[in-house]
Amino acid sequence: MDPSKLPGFLAKRLVKAAIVVLAIVVCNFFLIHAAPGDPASVIAGQSGAADERFLQQLRTQFGLDQPLYVQLWIYVKGVLTLDLGFSHRQQMPVATLILDRLPATLLLTGAAFAFAITLGITLGTLAAQRVGSWADSVITVLALTFYATPLFWVGLMLVLFFSVWLEWLPSFGMMSVGANLTGIAAVLDVAKHLLLPALTLGLFYMAVYARLTRATMLEVADQDFVKTARAKGVPEGQVVRRHVLRNALLPVITFAGIQAGQLVGGSILVETVFAWPGIGRLAFEALLARDYPVLMGVFFATSVMVVLFNLLTDLLYAVVDPRVEVA
Amino acid sequence: MMAFFRSFARNKGAVVGLVVLALVFAMAGLADVIFPGTPWDMVAAPFMPPGEMDMWLGSDSLGRDVAAGIAHGSRISLLVGAVSTVVALALGVSLGAVAGYLGGFVDDLVMRFTEFFQTIPSFVLAILLVAIFTPTISSVVFAIAVVSWPPVARVVRAEFLSLRSREFVQAAEVLGKSRLSIVVGDILPNALSPIIVLSSLMVANAILLESALSFLGLGDPNLMTWGFLIGSGRSVIRLAWWMSVFPGIAIFLTVLALNLVGEGLSDALNPRLAGRRT
Repeated sequence: MDPSKLPGFLAKRLVKAAIVVLAIVVCNFFLIHAAPGDPASVIAGQSGAADERFLQQLRTQFGLDQPLYVQLWIYVKGVLTLDLGFSHRQQMPVATLILDRLPATLLLTGAAFAFAITLGITLGTLAAQRVGSWADSVITVLALTFYATPLFWVGLMLVLFFSVWLEWLPSFGMMSVGANLTGIAAVLDVAKHLLLPALTLGLFYMAVYARLTRATMLEVADQDFVKTARAKGVPEGQVVRRHVLRNALLPVITFAGIQAGQLVGGSILVETVFAWPGIGRLAFEALLARDYPVLMGVFFATSVMVVLFNLLTDLLYAVVDPRVEVA
Repeated sequence: MMAFFRSFARNKGAVVGLVVLALVFAMAGLADVIFPGTPWDMVAAPFMPPGEMDMWLGSDSLGRDVAAGIAHGSRISLLVGAVSTVVALALGVSLGAVAGYLGGFVDDLVMRFTEFFQTIPSFVLAILLVAIFTPTISSVVFAIAVVSWPPVARVVRAEFLSLRSREFVQAAEVLGKSRLSIVVGDILPNALSPIIVLSSLMVANAILLESALSFLGLGDPNLMTWGFLIGSGRSVIRLAWWMSVFPGIAIFLTVLALNLVGEGLSDALNPRLAGRRT
C-alpha cells in the first residue's frame, strides 16, 4: 500500500474497532437488565444474598431509579474508564482480577496460535506440492477428526495419555507447586506445563490452516505469473516460496483474524481442563459462583482482545499485500 | 431425485456417515427399551470398569451406568442440535433474505450487525447467555441459536443478491406479485441447496457447543447429556478413564457422521463441484 495512505486506513479501522467495543458494552448492559430479578443483585454478583444496604448503594451508584438511557450512560462511562465493576465474591475490582490473569491467557493462546500457524502452513505446503501424498492424507484425516472432536475432550485424552499413562507431562497448573524454580529451570517448568494445553488448543486450528493453505496454494499455482516464473527457469523451490506461498498466505492471515474469537473462546475450555490460571479459568470459577460482573468483564476483555487481534491482521495484510486499497 | 441419491451414494464417506447417524437415532429412540428407567439411578457399585457387573461401558462415581447415560444423552444432543439449528436458520434466513433482496442501506445495516456477531467471541457470549438466563434446555437452545445464525445470513444474502436480478424474479415483479411472495415463493426455493448443506454442519456444531456448555456445568440440571458425563468424569480421570472416554467417542462419531453427510449433500446438490473439492 502507498505509505501515505496508511494513517487514514488505520484511523478507519480504529473507528470500526471502537464501535465494536462500544456495542459490546451496550450488549453487556442490556444483559444485566434482561436477567431475571433485580439488576442491582446481578451487579452485586449474588442473587438475593447481598445485604440490603449494599444493594441500595449500588442502585444509587448505577442510577437504577433513573431512566434507562441515564443508566446506560453511567454504565458506559464506567467501562470506558476501565471500571469493570466489583466482584463481591472475591472482594476485588473485576479489572484487577482480569489483568492478573491476562498474561497466562496470552501465553497460552499465543503459543497455540504460533504452533497452529507454523505447522499448518508447513503441512499445507507439503500437501499442495504433492497432491495425494502422505502429507495430503494426513491433513485430510486430521481436519476431519478435529472438526468433529470437542476441544475439552481432546485435552482430557491428552492428559490421560501423556500424564496418567505415560507420566511424561504435568496435567494441570502453570508451574510446579512449591518448587520455587528460578531462571532457566522456571522457564522449562512453564514450558512443560504449557505443552499439553497449547497442543489441545492448537491442533484444531492447525488442521484448518493446513487445509486452507493447501487450497489457496493449488489455486495460486495455476496462475499465469507462476507459469512465467517457471518458464523463466526459476528453481522450483524458489517458485514455491517466493511466488506461490507468499500469495497463498493472504487468505490464511484473513482467516486467522476471523477465527481469533473462537481461539479465545476455546481457551476457556482448555484452561478449565488444565487448571491453567488464565482468564478462561477465571470465567469458569465465576460461572460456578454465578459471579456475573466477572463473567461480563471476561466477555468484554476477550472481545477487546479479538478486536485488537483483528486490527493487527488488518495492518499486517495492508503491509504484506500492496493490492489492498483503503476500503 | 434418483440422480440426487446416486451422486450422494458415490461419496462413500457420506454413506458411512448416514449409517452412523441412523444408529445414533436408533439409540435415541430405543434408549427407554434398552435402558429402562432413568439414567440417574444407581444400578451398580461405583467405578466398575467396562465389562463388569453386566455393564458394557462401566459405572460412574455414583454407580450409574455409563452406557445408559450415553443412550439417554443422545436424545438431548440430537434434540438441541436440531431445534437450535431450526431457530438459527429462521433468524439467518430472514435477515439474509431481507439484506440481499432489499440491498442498499438495509443491506449495509444487516451486514454490520452480522459482522459484529462474527467478531465477538461467540462461545463466551453463549456462556454468558446461559448463565444469566439460568441453565435450562430452552436457554441452551436460545444461546446456541444466537451464536450460530451469522454464516446462514451471509450465505442467504449472497444467494439473494445474485438471484434477485434474474429474469424469473423480474417476471414475478412484472406480474405484480407482492415482495413477500417473491421472496418466499420464487427466490427462496432456488437458494435452498446451500442452506441444506450448511444446516447439516450447523447441527454438528450445535452438538459440539451443547456438549461444551454442559461440560462447564451449564446444561439443564435435570437432563443427562454427553457433556455432563465427560464433565463429571474429568476429576476422576485417573481412577475411571471410561467415564470420560466413551461419551467423547459418542460425540465424535455423531458429529463426524453429520459432517460427512454434509459433504455428501454438498456433492449431490452441486454435481459440477463434486470431485473438485479440496
